[in-house]
Amino acid sequence: MLKTEELQINIGPQHPSTHGVFRMLVTVDGETIIDLKPVFGYLHRNHEQIAEQNTYLQNMPYTDRLDYFNSMANNQAYAMAVEKLVGIEVPERAEYIRVLMVELTRILNHAGALGFLINDMGMWQTQLAFGMREREKILDLFESASGARLMCNYFRFGGVARDLPPDFMPRLKDLLRAMPAFVDEMERLLRDNEILMQRAEGIGILPPDLALAYSVTGPVLRGSGIAYDVRKAEPYSIYDRFDFDVPIGTVGDVYDRFLVRVEEMRQSKRIIEQVLEQLPDAQGGHINPKARQNVRPPVGDVYARIESPKGELGFYLVSDGSTKPYRYKIRAPSFINLTPLGDMCRGYKVADVVVILGSIDIVMGEVDR
Amino acid sequence: MFGELVKGLRTTLKYMFRQPVTVQYPEVKRPVRERFRGRHELKRFADGSERCIGCSLCAAACPADAILVIPAENEPDNPRSPGERYAATYEINMLRCIFCGYCEDACPTNAIVLEHQYELSFYDRRASIFTKEMLLVPEDQGHGEPPPVLKQIERRPSPPAQIDL
Ligand code: SF4
Ligand code: SF4
Repeated sequence: MLKTEELQINIGPQHPSTHGVFRMLVTVDGETIIDLKPVFGYLHRNHEQIAEQNTYLQNMPYTDRLDYFNSMANNQAYAMAVEKLVGIEVPERAEYIRVLMVELTRILNHAGALGFLINDMGMWQTQLAFGMREREKILDLFESASGARLMCNYFRFGGVARDLPPDFMPRLKDLLRAMPAFVDEMERLLRDNEILMQRAEGIGILPPDLALAYSVTGPVLRGSGIAYDVRKAEPYSIYDRFDFDVPIGTVGDVYDRFLVRVEEMRQSKRIIEQVLEQLPDAQGGHINPKARQNVRPPVGDVYARIESPKGELGFYLVSDGSTKPYRYKIRAPSFINLTPLGDMCRGYKVADVVVILGSIDIVMGEVDR
Repeated sequence: MFGELVKGLRTTLKYMFRQPVTVQYPEVKRPVRERFRGRHELKRFADGSERCIGCSLCAAACPADAILVIPAENEPDNPRSPGERYAATYEINMLRCIFCGYCEDACPTNAIVLEHQYELSFYDRRASIFTKEMLLVPEDQGHGEPPPVLKQIERRPSPPAQIDL
């Protein structure tokens, strides 16, 4: 038996696989991980404190910058929190547009996340380029509706900023027609793929009880076999009108998380198709005309949550009756999903760390805030 | 194993004969959509007078505190804008601006509009302050009565005046 010595190494903060400025303090014995400590804070932007000095509406563009992949989902969670606090009604048509945008966001997030995951496994760039190609089509739709590709700032209290442009629907239908081919192609190339199986199967197992203990949410939790989805558990907006399934994994390894995301893209497409059917009959306009944008909510506090593509995204607001929030707190899914990283990596090899991190799907803008 | 190899190569071959989806920026520029929020422009009325009346509402709406407006009284016989006042200084700090579009929404006269120019890089920080001279459109680029503020995005008051930086 060879005598070995423990060694501490840093992965990050500047490392292409850490998906941002993020450091992992890894203790290794040879190639095996003995311990891993995530170190955050390199991208801290004082988001919550800035928000307490802005008016409620002025915070809307700042929420775009939390999880910059999914600005529409962040907008929705924040808008819902303020609407609940003030008591603003949202017209039916606006709710449909919101759901449409957030489900498109989910598709583009998963297309990008799977591309990055496979990039991390060493299948350099091809799958990422495929994912980015699909993402680009959706970003183009966002640009035509909201005026920006990433930092959409599209939602307002009581609806959305502008109605859909006239050429939006035909282009969306084209996109939906082409989408199954993309998802199928990705799944055909990767499901039971030798390289992917070796790097993903049985790696980074997160048992369901541990996932619950860490209050992990989103595809990571569902990959561990727990069918928890805020859209089903506490239907917000108009999600109770749609028919969709919550895919779950069996083992809770990287491969399960991969499959859950592929299936979620299909389910999101199903929701969008139902939106397209029901949207023409929806009542009201794109925004509640009575809703004031420079709100002054009554004293009180509120918590609103949505199922963002990365997990449960919640906003907790405390109002002291002025035009600015007294306290503004975010429950960021990326941050909470990252905390069990040490337990997920223990016992695996150094090369697996990168893959396990990629399978959690984090955005550092949301982790550090 | 062998089957997968063939599958992969077939896909590669298929993609070899497709049109690329990328564009060769900067030789080829991707056109932006109508509602795109890019570089700001200060508009004029049809007679060439400035739309901006120096009210500072845009500066108040700005979440990033990027706008500085210092108003001055119009000379009665030679007014620059239809109101009592005009903006003597109008500066936007492009390092602070987050292109949210709230200034456009807040402006009562539709003076400030986010247009389609998106190539905004500069070499030093001082160049990030865009002054009124840089933002104001040329005098012959005026246009008629302002449409309602929220209609602005659907029907822009004038085609974007391409100002060279
Ligand atoms: S676009 Fe937004 S951040 Fe930029 S100057 Fe206007 S209000 Fe300020
Ligand atoms: S641009 Fe519009 S909002 Fe800003 S100072 Fe001029 S008139 Fe007022």
